[in-house]
Amino acid sequence: MKHIDCPGIGPRPIVEFIYDGEVRPPAPEDASLEVLADRVFNRSGAPGVLREWWYHRPTGSWYVLERDTVTNEIQRAVDPEEVAYAIPML
Amino acid sequence: MPLRLIKLGLKGTKDEPRFFPPSKELESHYDVVIIGGGGHGLACAYYLARDHGIRNVAVLEQGYLGGGNTGRNTTIVRSNYLTPEGVKFYDASLRLFQDLSTDLDINLFYSTRGHFTLAHSDDAMRTMRWRAEVNKHYGVDSAVVDRQAVADAVPGIDLECGGSPSVMGALYHAPGAVARHDAVAWGYGRAAAQRGVELHQKTRVTGIQQQGGRVVGVDTDRGSISCGAVVSMVAGSTPRIADMVGLPTPIEVFPLQACVTEPVKPFLNTIVVSGSLHVYVSQSSRGELVMGSAVDPMVLHSTRSTFEFVEGLADHMVDLLPFTARMRVNRQWAGMSDMTPDFAPIMGTTPLDGFYLDAGWGTWGFKATPISGKTMAATVANGVNDELIEPFRYSRFADFQMVAEKGAASVGH
Ligand SMILES: Cc1cc2nc3c(=O)[nH]c(=O)nc-3n(C[C@H](O)[C@H](O)[C@H](O)COP(=O)(O)OP(=O)(O)OC[C@H]3O[C@@H](n4cnc5c(N)ncnc54)[C@H](O)[C@@H]3O)c2cc1C
Repeated sequence: MKHIDCPGIGPRPIVEFIYDGEVRPPAPEDASLEVLADRVFNRSGAPGVLREWWYHRPTGSWYVLERDTVTNEIQRAVDPEEVAYAIPML
Repeated sequence: MPLRLIKLGLKGTKDEPRFFPPSKELESHYDVVIIGGGGHGLACAYYLARDHGIRNVAVLEQGYLGGGNTGRNTTIVRSNYLTPEGVKFYDASLRLFQDLSTDLDINLFYSTRGHFTLAHSDDAMRTMRWRAEVNKHYGVDSAVVDRQAVADAVPGIDLECGGSPSVMGALYHAPGAVARHDAVAWGYGRAAAQRGVELHQKTRVTGIQQQGGRVVGVDTDRGSISCGAVVSMVAGSTPRIADMVGLPTPIEVFPLQACVTEPVKPFLNTIVVSGSLHVYVSQSSRGELVMGSAVDPMVLHSTRSTFEFVEGLADHMVDLLPFTARMRVNRQWAGMSDMTPDFAPIMGTTPLDGFYLDAGWGTWGFKATPISGKTMAATVANGVNDELIEPFRYSRFADFQMVAEKGAASVGH
């Protein structure tokens, strides 16, 4: 995986990207401390297909990609609507 | 013993005891099953047998003994950590290391070198002072030194770092050492086997059996066995084992790479680490420069090596030691590091009775081999966490009681 192929920008060298880890859904507003701790700290650490955040520096855009963490192959770019959630009202 | 040597020369070695006993069938039951035949697993087996008289123990290793991160690390042993919990724990390990060759009757090539952590900014100098004060408070020999002391100790260093932020000073830790990693695993393995522990190589754990909220056995690719306790000491495979028993963990696995140059005359006596340049180096007893960096940028369950690693490392290494531009890299390799959010390990009892975890060793666990073996053995024997490892307990994340060790562990190993 020397290049990452993203919608709109095409294949770009991996050094242009910053990795930001697994996509974790936010804890519900009324979550207990236990659920909150789980969301904040725990991860899907075992091998498999992970949804992860990638930031493309030159264009300043964020992507969510599905990647096989054993073969290192990117399988697809996830449509932002699929992972979007409403920002809680304060 | 020259007489014995002559006898061996005449008679041959075929009647000599082998280093490890020959492999045999699995028994149907063990008191304790240790998953993982790396340094930690073998050390735990040794201390269970020696200190607690628990000898009906099997170490199950999917590959060969010491073939995981134990045989892949750059062998830095030090105790100049940042948190009181960390300093006390690693200092206890360093003390065990100092007479381990005698204890295990094997030459570990334990070599005290002194360890410089270079500071390239005011912020870094402040962290070094902080570490030095915490270290001194717990009786650990560390001091902040100026850049001249670094220049005197490290021949060929460019204090200006080729235009990157220059070296302002360093944390100097006199007890910093290197050792022969394979011998640590072999020594513990042999000493454990001599006390009745069974070592089973090429035996992979594929499942863990539970009954009534406690662990009762393990499944392996050579059949199932029942047991009273399971200790998982599998470093980069921890999330796979934790998934078998349904325990969530904050562990993420990142490759960590290292490389060595061709051997050259001994010139570098100390270990040099630069957090800002993301590189560290020591010279092995064979003359190679042993070099490493921080973990790869993304999660990956693989021990493949990359060109990007050597390229990035070389770029920074020639800033620090310009003459290395003329040296060739001989070998490179990688291990799978089990990283935690606070750069401290996860050790001891878990919510599942009879299941013990020794993980989260990331890029820093070789130096902890003796003390984690010892404290995990005590924890398994008594069923409660040893005092030294209580701060590293599994439940610390649920309690928001992190052990913030990042300032002393991220590149420094
Ligand atoms: C490149 C590199 C450099 C490093 N440098 C340093 C350093 O300078 N100083 C330092 O202190 N630390 C360093 N480390 C970290 C250190 O190597 C590790 O933290 C330490 O060796 C972990 O030891 P272990 O015995 O827990 O794990 P390992 O040695 O990895 O042993 C775990 C064993 O478990 C086995 N296993 C896994 N799954 C199963 C299963 N299902 N069934 C049976 N067996 C299984 C594996 O095959 C493996 O042999 C470095 C690591 C790397 C990769």
